[in-house]
Amino acid sequence: MRNISLLDHELIPKHEILATDELQTVLNHYQIDKEQLPKIKSSDPIIQEIGALEGDVVKIIRKSQTAGEGLYYRLVIK
Amino acid sequence: MTLSEATINSMVDDLPLPQNMVNTLKEDAIKAGVTKKELEEIIQQVMDNYGYACVEPCEAVGVVSAQSIGEPGTQMTMRTFHYAGVAEINVTLGLPRLIEIVDARKTPSTPMMTVALEEGYSDSRDEARKLAWQIEATHIGHLGDVTTDLAQMQLVVDLHEKTLTQRDISVDGIAGIIRDKLNVLVKISEEVDYQIIIQPNQPSYRELLQLAKNIHNVTLKGIEGIKRVVIRKDSDEYTLYTEGSELNEVLKIDGVDVTRTYTNNIAEIYEVFGIEAARNALVKEAMDTLSEQGLNVDIRHIMLVADIMTCDGEVKQIGRHGISGEKASVFARAAFEVTVNHLLDAGIRGDVDELNGVTENIIIGQPIKLGTGDVHLVATKPVKGESV
Repeated sequence: MRNISLLDHELIPKHEILATDELQTVLNHYQIDKEQLPKIKSSDPIIQEIGALEGDVVKIIRKSQTAGEGLYYRLVIK
Repeated sequence: MTLSEATINSMVDDLPLPQNMVNTLKEDAIKAGVTKKELEEIIQQVMDNYGYACVEPCEAVGVVSAQSIGEPGTQMTMRTFHYAGVAEINVTLGLPRLIEIVDARKTPSTPMMTVALEEGYSDSRDEARKLAWQIEATHIGHLGDVTTDLAQMQLVVDLHEKTLTQRDISVDGIAGIIRDKLNVLVKISEEVDYQIIIQPNQPSYRELLQLAKNIHNVTLKGIEGIKRVVIRKDSDEYTLYTEGSELNEVLKIDGVDVTRTYTNNIAEIYEVFGIEAARNALVKEAMDTLSEQGLNVDIRHIMLVADIMTCDGEVKQIGRHGISGEKASVFARAAFEVTVNHLLDAGIRGDVDELNGVTENIIIGQPIKLGTGDVHLVATKPVKGESV
């Protein structure tokens, strides 16, 4: 297959692995545990591409019609 | 004195508002030319109104969404098929399509792809045509006439020379593919040009008739499952529309613009592009289906549905095998579908229902913990003789 980054696709928002301290801020802000975040599978093509591991939290920067830009977090699960 | 652009930016940038509102506020403030005091007042008012417009914590947004989608849904046509303006390709629209989306079906009833082309292919009709032939599945029926010769116990295929050159397939190539796929004796006729003779392994009528049937199913060129490809010129570039959807295969073809290729099969998007793309596709498909019918549903309701469907990392349907079937409460599940099964299973397992949700409390006739049901009044009774 040709070498093309899936993240360039117009349907796929930007995904990045969240650093530990940033994760703490997010969890404190919402007053939740990591396990209460929405999930994403480690077999997801995007997770494979950015190389996130099980237990990591990815930050997703969505383009939103209503807010312009929206942040979303997903916990990587098996 | 009006404020400079930099000061306005610094005052507005860090406000806890959505990006869109920050941008609009900035633009308008710069255009109107405001003083510091005015801007402060504007920001105060915007913040107040924004806070007022926000959904309160614990508000039943799901019910609001359900009603907001359900009511316009009653006005949708039951008519299944419609030519959606996209190059004579038939797609399911209206209520059946909406049901398909929320049911998260593995394959939609009319899968369709929009294949964008890379530069160098998108501006030339010939290159686009060539790609189209690479994608569209070619069967023997497209290329020639198959006749069954009962006397000689063989199939005679007369190929059309013109079609072969057009689709860039050779006689040898066809013979080879048929030989490999059906494992039969294939000869290229020596007397007649562009003729192939196929014989079954055993000279029996059954084998021959079976062969005559099977030969039409062999894909000689292109991607199996793509029935038709239509080329259309949108603004100034050629785009391919396909009937049938094989995202993974199409993306492997050189000249296809991977970043703009799209299918209406959400399960395929999930597999190839991941959960976030599937969520975006859900929103897009549902919004397109509704707006095609002239219904205006706020996108936030659709986004909520899409978020719920994708929150576990896979696309789950709204229904017995998805969201509603996974609720923690026995009563809530039993209220939806297959009531007896749920109650029976819960009884056998000895499940406990904590009665935390809305459905459970309605079933047993208690106030729900929402709206007025969520408020408790506490009053101290004045003791006799004391003045209040």
